[in-house]
Amino acid sequence: MRDPLIKSTERGLYCAAGDFYIDPWQPVDRAVVTHAHSDHAVPECAHYLTTAPGRELLALRVGEGADIQPLAYGQPIVHHGVGVSLHPAGHILGSAQVRLEHRGEVWLVSGDYKLSPDPTCAPFESVRCHCLISESTFGLPIFRWAPPAATMQDITAWWQANQQAGRTSLLLCYALGKAQRLLAGLDPERGPIYVHGAVERCNAVYRAAGVPLPPAPPVLDAARAAAFERALILAPPSAQNTPWTRRFKRPVRGFASGWMQIRGTRRRRVVDRGFALSDHADWPELLAAIAGSGAERVLLTHGYAQALARHLREQGLDAQPLATRFLGEAGGEEDVHPDMSESPDDAAPDADDTRESDDLQDMLESPADERGRR
Amino acid sequence: MRSFAALYAALDETTRTGEKVAAIRAYLAAAAPEDAAWAVYFLIGRKPRQVVGTRKLRAWVGDAAGVSEWLFDECHEAVGDLAETAALLLPPPTRTTTLPLHRWVEERLLPLAGLDEAAQRAALREFWDELERGERLVFHKLITGAFRVGVSQRLVIAALAELGDIAPATVAHRLMGAWQPSAAQFRGLVAAESSEPAASRPYPFLLAHPLDTEPAELGPRDAWQAEWKWDGIRAQIVRRGGQLFVWSRGEELIGERFPELAPVAGRLPEGTVLDGELLPWRGDQILPFAELQRRIGRKNLTRTILAEVPAGFLAFDLLEHGGRDIRERPLGERRRLLEQLVTPLAGDALRLSPIVAAAGWDELAALRADSRARNVEGLMLKRKAAPYGVGRVRGDWWKWKLDPLAVDAVLVYAQSGSGRRASLFTDYTFAVWEDGALVPFCKAYSGLTDAELAEVDRFVRGHTLERFGPVRAVTPELVFEIGFEGIARSRRHKSGVAVRFPRILRWRRDKSPADADHLDALRALL
Ligand SMILES: [Zn+2]
Ligand SMILES: [Zn+2]
Repeated sequence: MRDPLIKSTERGLYCAAGDFYIDPWQPVDRAVVTHAHSDHAVPECAHYLTTAPGRELLALRVGEGADIQPLAYGQPIVHHGVGVSLHPAGHILGSAQVRLEHRGEVWLVSGDYKLSPDPTCAPFESVRCHCLISESTFGLPIFRWAPPAATMQDITAWWQANQQAGRTSLLLCYALGKAQRLLAGLDPERGPIYVHGAVERCNAVYRAAGVPLPPAPPVLDAARAAAFERALILAPPSAQNTPWTRRFKRPVRGFASGWMQIRGTRRRRVVDRGFALSDHADWPELLAAIAGSGAERVLLTHGYAQALARHLREQGLDAQPLATRFLGEAGGEEDVHPDMSESPDDAAPDADDTRESDDLQDMLESPADERGRR
Repeated sequence: MRSFAALYAALDETTRTGEKVAAIRAYLAAAAPEDAAWAVYFLIGRKPRQVVGTRKLRAWVGDAAGVSEWLFDECHEAVGDLAETAALLLPPPTRTTTLPLHRWVEERLLPLAGLDEAAQRAALREFWDELERGERLVFHKLITGAFRVGVSQRLVIAALAELGDIAPATVAHRLMGAWQPSAAQFRGLVAAESSEPAASRPYPFLLAHPLDTEPAELGPRDAWQAEWKWDGIRAQIVRRGGQLFVWSRGEELIGERFPELAPVAGRLPEGTVLDGELLPWRGDQILPFAELQRRIGRKNLTRTILAEVPAGFLAFDLLEHGGRDIRERPLGERRRLLEQLVTPLAGDALRLSPIVAAAGWDELAALRADSRARNVEGLMLKRKAAPYGVGRVRGDWWKWKLDPLAVDAVLVYAQSGSGRRASLFTDYTFAVWEDGALVPFCKAYSGLTDAELAEVDRFVRGHTLERFGPVRAVTPELVFEIGFEGIARSRRHKSGVAVRFPRILRWRRDKSPADADHLDALRALL
């Protein structure tokens, strides 16, 4: 038996034959990056390879000075004898599945992906392979998304009801990907749409890439607070309990994330309304993508990897969870309940700052929630 | 069912009191009275007995959804809530129905109890095929006896009062005691005032607020009646229709637990309602509250325990006299009538709460400092001119506790400890009320005996609602008195306050979650 083409190492998924990493979580010499979310793109690598449409987002994440080589979707290159090509994953703008071919064997690293329609990025492409490394963030049968159009209708109805009550709609969502997908589905005729600075930075990249988005000026540009009365505001979850939100009078808070499928998650976020809109595959999509790849072997990362692997084994597939830093990592962000992590004795300084944080980390809000709770 | 499920979702989704009341009111106004009656019944926490066991529900849902047992368990662990897990897993319905709530309950839900297993299962399959996700969630909660919604009775009362254009006090009174939901019952609930009280029905308890100012700011000393703040079980004795009813604040009939009361209270005149405190005492000595807890903890009231911990009722107010509701009369007048009534009957089982005599506030403060020696918690200050209000009316009744830095809080999360206690759930998060919801405000580890810890551990394992890694969210049922050294404002905490060195003073088995303190009680200590 030969060595596996890709192994899980301390620094991340490693291809020894080509001597490069895929989505490493520590700085390495050569990194192939599936997309610019912070759990996939780490700064300070010497060389990056990513998709052409994802290049600018990665630069925003790891710094303009980084050495980033763009590659068009579907275009093969060869590195140390390993064929590498990137294929649309349907997750966010520029997101890729990484196809590796070596001595006739094909491996596919899915990165994050979804099959449901999204006007802001290229649709998921089914790629055949021998061995598939798939994400499994929502790998339980309780996760079955409603059609995105229906969820967008719910959001629009919620916005309208808030307008009738004279209240601002504050919709929390990841600044990169989710915010643009929401924006593309909103009707600007219904009322003004404003965004947090972190969202605006990502919007600018999307617009430059030719993704049509309705006008959505930054909140800081609004002349008067009264402008927000009928407005819908898109902001990253980190803005939820900051003084920044004080400018909105009694806002109604919504949250768009796949985790909102579970009522407990919404309650723990202390928002009024949850919308189960995800940029990850749900249970049927995972099963469809895995079947569509034709893979004989499936390795799973993120979320409910154990459960999905066991289910696939019961269906006769060779499936295993792949150890990554997200597995078994006690004390990770989602492992500690928000109420429990607040220690009674460490009273925080009373910051009275209503500015937006310009922290890069904040700007590209880590989609930690989408990592799963294990 | 559909609109009731929509109401459930709306109540679940908003954290704002006003919106909750508006949602309940809108539902009740639109619903047929027979549906509204059931809705009120469920909303105030009266649920039908469990008609389908959770193990059966699991198996049947797994089967219908094509999900194996272990996968169902994985899903349950992720969701935390069985009814919700089942609702999410079941395949989408193929039919719809507009069957109203009361018919769902009376013709489908309640009769399930009388069916054998095969028939129950067949019935559920039929029902599932007509219910969408939100309806299934509510339906599962109802059949498993787990229905609970995040509204306090106060909000339901507010909605009913608005709807009927009647006083909340009237609604509260009508909701007490035993009743069966029906169209007539609902019409009676929101009917114009002046109907006769049902024989057993107690009055809503008037609750005191913690004193948050210097007592001198209350005005002249002689406008206030001072009594000891007794450390017992708040109760009402209702004597009507030749019968005797002893109600706890949790609206439980607890007369059987206090056989001492039967002979003496039986001598009360017809049409009498007394408010007071059930206390353990021997002769003139009030016993520590823990003694009463020991007695309550016993399944059987043996002669030995009755002899060891004799108990009686200490009356401090008269609410109904000669069959007339006298709550509107000033305290001074009620007190005179109370004294006339109780003094001739006073003995070991019934006594009058003495008035604490002290000329000025300073003298009173000096007496209060002695509270511990008397086994009391401090003083009660009651405005002599005030009527007996409903619920937490502010300004007429103050509790001036000796150690103000303590609140009654509800256990909401538990986590296993470390070291010797690694296998036990010993680290707790406690919450207090705000707008009908429980807001966590502190964690505490110490203060319980090993036996109590083991008991709480068993409770946690049997009442886990959700799991987040090592943390379990539990059914909010257990109430503890939490003491702390200091308190400060905090933006970091959801409650808005941070307490220093919190510890568990004791387990308040006598209190139900509804009796726990409000966040205002903490704010008042700032
Ligand atoms: Zn991602
Ligand atoms: Zn990810």
